[in-house]
Amino acid sequence: MSPLDHILSGDRPRSRILALLLIAAFVALAFAPFLFPGTKALGVASRICIFIVLAASYDIVLGYTGIVSFAHAMFFGIGAYGVAIALNWDTSWGAIALGLLVAIIVSTLLAAAIGLLSLRLRALFFSMVTLAFASFALILASQLRDITGGEDGLTFSVPHLLTPAFRLLSQPFLGVRIDGRVVTYYLVFTTATLLFLLMLRIVNSPFGRVLQAIRENEFRAEALGYSILLHRTLAGVIGAVMATLAGGMLALVLRYNGPAASMSFEIMVDGILLMTVIGGMGTLYGPMLGAVLIVLAQYELQPGLAALSALVQNVPVLPRLINPDRWLLWLGVLFVVIVYFFPNGLVGRLRKRG
Amino acid sequence: MTEALLTLEAIATDIGAYHILHGVDLVVPRGEVTMLLGRNGAGKTTSLRSIMGLWPPHHGTIRFDGQAIERLATPEIARLGIAYVPENMGIFTQLTVQENLKLAAHSARFDEARLDDVFRFFPILKTKWTDRAGLMSGGQKQMLAVARAIVEERRLLIVDEPTKGLAPAVIDQLIECFLELKARATTILLVEQNFHMACSVGDSVAVMDNGRIIHSGSMATLAADADLQTHLLGLSLASHQ
Repeated sequence: MSPLDHILSGDRPRSRILALLLIAAFVALAFAPFLFPGTKALGVASRICIFIVLAASYDIVLGYTGIVSFAHAMFFGIGAYGVAIALNWDTSWGAIALGLLVAIIVSTLLAAAIGLLSLRLRALFFSMVTLAFASFALILASQLRDITGGEDGLTFSVPHLLTPAFRLLSQPFLGVRIDGRVVTYYLVFTTATLLFLLMLRIVNSPFGRVLQAIRENEFRAEALGYSILLHRTLAGVIGAVMATLAGGMLALVLRYNGPAASMSFEIMVDGILLMTVIGGMGTLYGPMLGAVLIVLAQYELQPGLAALSALVQNVPVLPRLINPDRWLLWLGVLFVVIVYFFPNGLVGRLRKRG
Repeated sequence: MTEALLTLEAIATDIGAYHILHGVDLVVPRGEVTMLLGRNGAGKTTSLRSIMGLWPPHHGTIRFDGQAIERLATPEIARLGIAYVPENMGIFTQLTVQENLKLAAHSARFDEARLDDVFRFFPILKTKWTDRAGLMSGGQKQMLAVARAIVEERRLLIVDEPTKGLAPAVIDQLIECFLELKARATTILLVEQNFHMACSVGDSVAVMDNGRIIHSGSMATLAADADLQTHLLGLSLASHQ
């Protein structure tokens, strides 16, 4: 096994175009502070890293076991609130660790409870129950004002190393000031890379093969001696813990958390679900590609339309059609087109070509 | 008489609103090959699925080596050492041949001696080792399904119509495999429509009709009695060959 195979757990992209896209995304993210200087660009790059982990963790649940859960944003929110509440109480690394630990325990217990329900409930009914869990968590986050800050959320300080005031180097490096924001970005980038590789290792382990077997045919997997309930619950717990860690990273980047920032249905549907489906379920590389594409679309479509609109301002009708205010409409059209032409996701199509 | 490894007593199984098994009594002797024969719709596959807990019976007792298993979950039944090869092969098409066998072996490492056996019975599996199982032919998939049942030491093999729709050359390979397993005193319960195979490998036979066992005895006796075959199965052995 080559070193690359070892790192990727033997799960190569299996398509030249896909490999090039993944390498381009990885290199762009690895050098983002230097390639795309500026606070906004760094924010977008951080968000891409976080959503890669979040969407990949959802793929373990949806793509590898076939469970449609709407509670994944809840685990993301639990992680974000864990760090936010802890840092609101004490600005220290110990508080971050404690907040994450408590959040992971809460997510594990909830994911195990939801997993046990999958024994009794099937498909649509199970999805409805996860929706109820997510709604309940969202209401709780809004109502427990003393702890969560209610609808306003919590704004908090982070350890000095992660603040803009911190200087790692006295002189700019490659023209970029290496401050706490850059340190925060590389903390998020490194954590996201390690978590993604860990998930790749999990889905390519014997445990991951059982998940794939269950996804293909539950009865056959059971007849080989594998418990569907145990494996599905474990997959759900692993996905939930990864989403919790992603939520913790979001809180550190934003230095704020509220219901809309980490737990909303927009994050669940417009974010996690779309990223996984558009990228390609059951591949892990798919959600990675989906996260890059959708976060970029969310942030860059509006300015892109503005530039395009200015270019065609003398053409009748067209400027009004591509008015930057209509960016959400075009984002929707883009999603419909991708889902229509790539029913197996981008990765599915690229692998088929490869 | 040989000691029974598996016994079914008055097994009744419903699938939805349909009553499929109406009191099945069956004995599978240890170390022998028991053939389960019958017309289409007689209840053979339902009997096998009831044994595996996939369609649990609502009445009756199933004993495996003296232990009642009719209320156990399918994974628990499988872990007692029962391998099941379903009628539709039951392989995982998205996984490679190697991964399919590893799932059955329940271990990261294969028992080398048993893997050698698998490759000796079905050399094509060695050639296709890293190929996705879904890309193989029907016969190769069936070989993989049987290989999955024997890649690990099992106490009982339950095989549902392994020769269905296969080419004669592949059937001969399967017969050779079952004959060698029989020579090693492996206990097998085999549902089969192919009388040539049934006569080649079977020690005892049970014939089903309308959800009940209507005849049990030695395979040799049934093979030698054309009238009995016609009476039980509607066709004689000679007409099947």
